[in-house]
Amino acid sequence: MNEKSSTLLYITDEISPRLRLMADTFKEVARRPSALAGGILLVIIILTSIFFPFFYSVDPLDINLLQRFTPPAWQEAGSLAHPLGTDNLGRDILARIFYGSRVSLIVGFAAVLVAEIVGIILGLISGYYGGKIDNFIMRIADIFNAYPFMLLTISVMAVLGPSTFNLILVLGISDWVTYARTIRGSVLSLKNKEFVEASRAIGTSHPVIIFRHILPNVISPLLILGTLRVGSIIIWESGLSFLGMGVPPPMPTWGRMLAEGRVYITEAWWLVCLPGFAILLTILSVNLLGDGLRDAFDPRLKNI
Amino acid sequence: MLRYILKRLWYTVYVIVGISMISFFFVHLSGDPVMLMLPGDASDQEIEELREQLGFNDPLHEQYWRFAYNAVQGDLGNSLYFNAPVMKIVLERLPASLELAIAAMFIALSIGIPLGIISAVRHGTMLDMGSMLVALFGLSMPHFWLGIMLMLFFSVFLGWLPTSGRGTLAHLIMPALSLGLPLMAMFARLTRSVMLEVLNLDYIRTARAKGLKEIIVISKHALKNTLIPLVTVAGMQFSAILGGTVIIETVFAWPGLGRLVVQAIFRRDYPLVQGIVFVLALIFVGMNLIVDILYVYLDPQISYTEDKEK
Repeated sequence: MNEKSSTLLYITDEISPRLRLMADTFKEVARRPSALAGGILLVIIILTSIFFPFFYSVDPLDINLLQRFTPPAWQEAGSLAHPLGTDNLGRDILARIFYGSRVSLIVGFAAVLVAEIVGIILGLISGYYGGKIDNFIMRIADIFNAYPFMLLTISVMAVLGPSTFNLILVLGISDWVTYARTIRGSVLSLKNKEFVEASRAIGTSHPVIIFRHILPNVISPLLILGTLRVGSIIIWESGLSFLGMGVPPPMPTWGRMLAEGRVYITEAWWLVCLPGFAILLTILSVNLLGDGLRDAFDPRLKNI
Repeated sequence: MLRYILKRLWYTVYVIVGISMISFFFVHLSGDPVMLMLPGDASDQEIEELREQLGFNDPLHEQYWRFAYNAVQGDLGNSLYFNAPVMKIVLERLPASLELAIAAMFIALSIGIPLGIISAVRHGTMLDMGSMLVALFGLSMPHFWLGIMLMLFFSVFLGWLPTSGRGTLAHLIMPALSLGLPLMAMFARLTRSVMLEVLNLDYIRTARAKGLKEIIVISKHALKNTLIPLVTVAGMQFSAILGGTVIIETVFAWPGLGRLVVQAIFRRDYPLVQGIVFVLALIFVGMNLIVDILYVYLDPQISYTEDKEK
């Protein structure tokens, strides 16, 4: 009996305010038509990239030289067997775009997550402890900022060799500076507030203060910032892939489809148009959602 | 003021040292170029001799000191592939990349800022929403895809512009547009949001209350304060453009540093990769320094004695 009521108490005290907050967040974002459209589009894209094998089971690696350069179905020479046509080896474009969406989405979101984790940890340490360690971390941030981002990722990818894991790691680690700076700023303004001092006075250890009291109060702008960065990361992912330094073959990626299609630009326009549209739609949806989140919750981030 | 500049210079020095270390160590972690330079049937002894000759057997920190010592004197080593001084090759290719970057920057600023101002002044109208929608599309598009689309339209369908190479203005148009338009979108959004903020400030209300014409309020009073934050961003974005040239130069076969660095990476031409990355980073740091100093002149409110918290 007692146990039951404490569980109930836990639900009402701990979970329901969070649920309400989530519902409020959702309502606030959904009030903006462009953010809602972006959110819905993104959900559709994510669901498609997960579940497409159930309704479209064509093998993206299936080579059929007899059917090479079949145009999309709406063109005269097109056929419904390949709704978006085939490439120079007769591989199905639609299937390749579907598989490519998995690469871009996974790399995009995972790299932002890596950048957030690195940025949050370094930003918290830097802002909370201050002094020499702060100076050291911020000077490293300066150097990272001064290093041309694209060249950094390219040279590291060339060194490590192309693999999905390396790609996520490299893109994530090159992008931590903005998060670290943002969080450091918020920590600086928080660390002398009464509730932190009170906590310190009763002998709470530094790590507990940092993670239990400070982190929850500074994390929301970081989530918005992360959403705004996903698009740029996906662009860089496809760029690296375009140069042959992204996720290795045979996995189809949007960037490599563009690089391969570029050679046949005079014969087959769909090879270069369609994968690009896929990138455009995906990034547009993330950006619309990110803009909406920012306008709704943190107009201060407007200039980023 | 002098103190501030000295401080900035000191900052620049350590960033350069940091950058040289990063570019040196990253590049040296990759595979062994000696294997690529010799024919497949080279004996172990020949491999060892060449390695010794190029200094690859020395401890890394000694190799770094040698690199740094020579770099200070303007010697970035020799390219393994071209068998020529890296500095000479970089200087030969640099003008092409700068030309592209400057043209792209020009497009971005000359369209982006006016577009942002108009959007802010006509805030909430169809014009505003339309241009912000265009800007959003511009931001959501990989610049190299934009380049390929321009190529498809202007070269393949219309046959107006050459697809690759450098020389005439016609060659410059498409690569510059591909790099410039996404940046234009960014500047339009930024200008708009800064301008909107400025237009809400008290001094603008005062200017309007005095009965000044709206055009004067905007062009004389609001614009000045809008441009200040844009200077920093423009300076930082210049390096982003130089980074972006890596892909766009490959797309349009533009003979600049970007294309060269990609080729050098695939040929494992260490010294060349290292040299290009280093020179580009130097340009970037130099730009930042100029922007920082320019900033103080533009905005007297910035206290340059208390930049420690920055």
